Amino acid sequence: MTEYVVLSAILFTIGATGVLVRRNAIVVFMCVELMLNACNLAFVAFARQHGNLDGQIAAFFVMVVAAAEVVVGLAIIMTIFRTRRSASVDDASLLKY
Amino acid sequence: MLALHEEIPVVDPSTADGAFSLLWLIIALPLAGAAILLIGGALFPKALKVWGHVLGTLLPIGSFVISLVLFLQLMGRDEGDRQVVQHLYDWIQVGQLDVGMDLLYDPLTSLFLLLITGVGSLIHVYSIGYMEHDERRPRFFGYLNLFVAAMLMLVMSENYLGLFLGWEGVGLASYLLIGFWQHKHSAAAAAKKAFVINRVGDMGLSTAVMLAFVTFGSTSFTVISHSAGDADSDVMTAFGLLLLLGACGKSAQVPLQAWLLDAMEGPTPVSALIHAATMVTAGVYLVVRSNFIFELTDAARTAVVIVATVTLLWGAVIGCAKDDIKKALAGSTMSQIGYMMLGAGLGSAGYAFAIFHLLTHGFFKANMFLGAGSVMHGMNDDVDMRHYGALRKMLPVTFLTFAMGYLAIIGFPGFSGFWSKDKIIEVALAENPVVGVCALLGAGITGFYMTRLMLMTFFTEERWEKDVHPHESPKVMTIPLIVLAALSVLGGLMLAGGWIEEWLEPVTGFTEEADPAIPALAVTGIAILVVAAGVATAIALVGRREVPREAPQDVSLVTRAARADIYGDAINDGLVVEPSRQLTTGLVTLDTSVIDKVFTGGATTVSAIGVVLRRLQNGFVRSYAASILGGVLLVVLALLAVNLA
Repeated sequence: MTEYVVLSAILFTIGATGVLVRRNAIVVFMCVELMLNACNLAFVAFARQHGNLDGQIAAFFVMVVAAAEVVVGLAIIMTIFRTRRSASVDDASLLKY
Repeated sequence: MLALHEEIPVVDPSTADGAFSLLWLIIALPLAGAAILLIGGALFPKALKVWGHVLGTLLPIGSFVISLVLFLQLMGRDEGDRQVVQHLYDWIQVGQLDVGMDLLYDPLTSLFLLLITGVGSLIHVYSIGYMEHDERRPRFFGYLNLFVAAMLMLVMSENYLGLFLGWEGVGLASYLLIGFWQHKHSAAAAAKKAFVINRVGDMGLSTAVMLAFVTFGSTSFTVISHSAGDADSDVMTAFGLLLLLGACGKSAQVPLQAWLLDAMEGPTPVSALIHAATMVTAGVYLVVRSNFIFELTDAARTAVVIVATVTLLWGAVIGCAKDDIKKALAGSTMSQIGYMMLGAGLGSAGYAFAIFHLLTHGFFKANMFLGAGSVMHGMNDDVDMRHYGALRKMLPVTFLTFAMGYLAIIGFPGFSGFWSKDKIIEVALAENPVVGVCALLGAGITGFYMTRLMLMTFFTEERWEKDVHPHESPKVMTIPLIVLAALSVLGGLMLAGGWIEEWLEPVTGFTEEADPAIPALAVTGIAILVVAAGVATAIALVGRREVPREAPQDVSLVTRAARADIYGDAINDGLVVEPSRQLTTGLVTLDTSVIDKVFTGGATTVSAIGVVLRRLQNGFVRSYAASILGGVLLVVLALLAVNLA
């Protein structure tokens, strides 16, 4: 049991670090997916430990949301790349004070 | 110092019937005129240009005719039955306050009605000529009618609240008329000054009305005069003093006298109306009408006497130094009203003579003001007497009528002013020698300044400019002068056989004349001598010397003070205006530098914090992500801390 949770924590940390340090939007996106899946793993692991289905259902919801997010997010990234010839998240910083 | 009278007459009127049911028309006619002329000015201005002044003159004449008929009716009644009240409608009914629109008609009111409508109508007639070339003549007549209507309301109301309504109406109309030529800055300022100073007096009267309601549960003269005797004497003193404050404002008594001389900015008929028939007489009316109050309070009556004595000398001294003919006459009005107030303050011995002097003064002062207007009319509206001289040949009618007024005011034996002023001096001497001597002195000064005015205007050498061609005024102006001159001469007839005392007895009460220390004949003789001395001084100082066209500047302190209205304005400025202005400036400073700073300071702080905090919104997605992560970590740590503790 502990292994699953530790793995989930490691995956989440890798994902979070990636979101914070990488500039490429696609990579940032991938790291977000990593964090989501770390959560899924934790959900499923705890569901198994407690012996009910709540965690598994939550995991399905997360997958649905992630799929929707990928659709919208990739479309935005594509559009930005087409107009700016760059996929760096730091370049898209015009919306500020 | 003044002996209280035992029996105070009460107001106990019977209901109006027969001809007396026409009472309301006396007010309604000029009021309708005012409404038509002022509202109609916007609806049919062309028609009003043609007949507005005719309408405006006929309506007060109508009131005069009714007043005359009712006066004769009243004379025909029994002596004990000469008070009539007409209830028009319930005016105010709130809780315990029940005020009716009631008109009182008694001997006092009857005389006032004749004066107001009679002299008022003559002034209206005169105005037709005087204002002929004024664009806004219909409006002028509308204001005049409003003035007359308000004054009639003042003297006809049966309760203090109705009197107050008329009182305020008079104040409004005087404001409108003094500032009639409002394009002149001085006229607009004078109107405002009159209005504001009158407001101080009005405060006294309105407080008195409230006090009357609190004390007696009513403002009706009938109720108050019946129950005044049972009221607390301190309350009565306060009541009397408040009424005196009101009277000081309207009648231009010291210390509220400063507006009267500036009020000369209005057209001359207005000055005549304010000074003779209406407005300034209101204060005297108030004191005489409230005799049932003043009889009960020694202190308030003493205050009236002091105020009156100061004013009668104050006005007379001002009159001596003014070169502006209207202002010299205005100083004289102040002084003469002082005499009336003195008479009124002397109690039941003097009320009748106060009213008598008021009536004769109404005649001769209206006469002289209109005469002054006629002189100005012929002199291109110049008011400086130093530019006049030898006008008696150019303006024979004006000169002769003015001379009648002059002889009346200085108290030339036989003329109306002689009888009325002499009586007041006589009563004053009998009551208190100091006051009596002051009144005598005032008579002497009156002789001086009126002779000076007369000499500078109609005698001495010609001093007018080359392009001025003095000419006599048209008939429409001279006929009122002739009528008023006749009244100035014959007004003394009212005293014949003690008629006026007898007539006013139901209102003022009757006093057995005590044996005076100095016999009446001696007083008369002394008064004539004092006046003669004044006249002789004026002839020596003005008539026998050359009058310079420019006022000499190296003059005595007294003259300088008199030219500056005895520093009335300076006193007001120093005591009231300047402190108020300082207070206002202080409050404005407090508002802008403290209160505003507190509120705008809060907003400024918030906005300054915002300037710093908005830097956090830097546009970098990753820094947002970092702050979210930091936030989540904080929450998790907090949860852990709570769970582990």
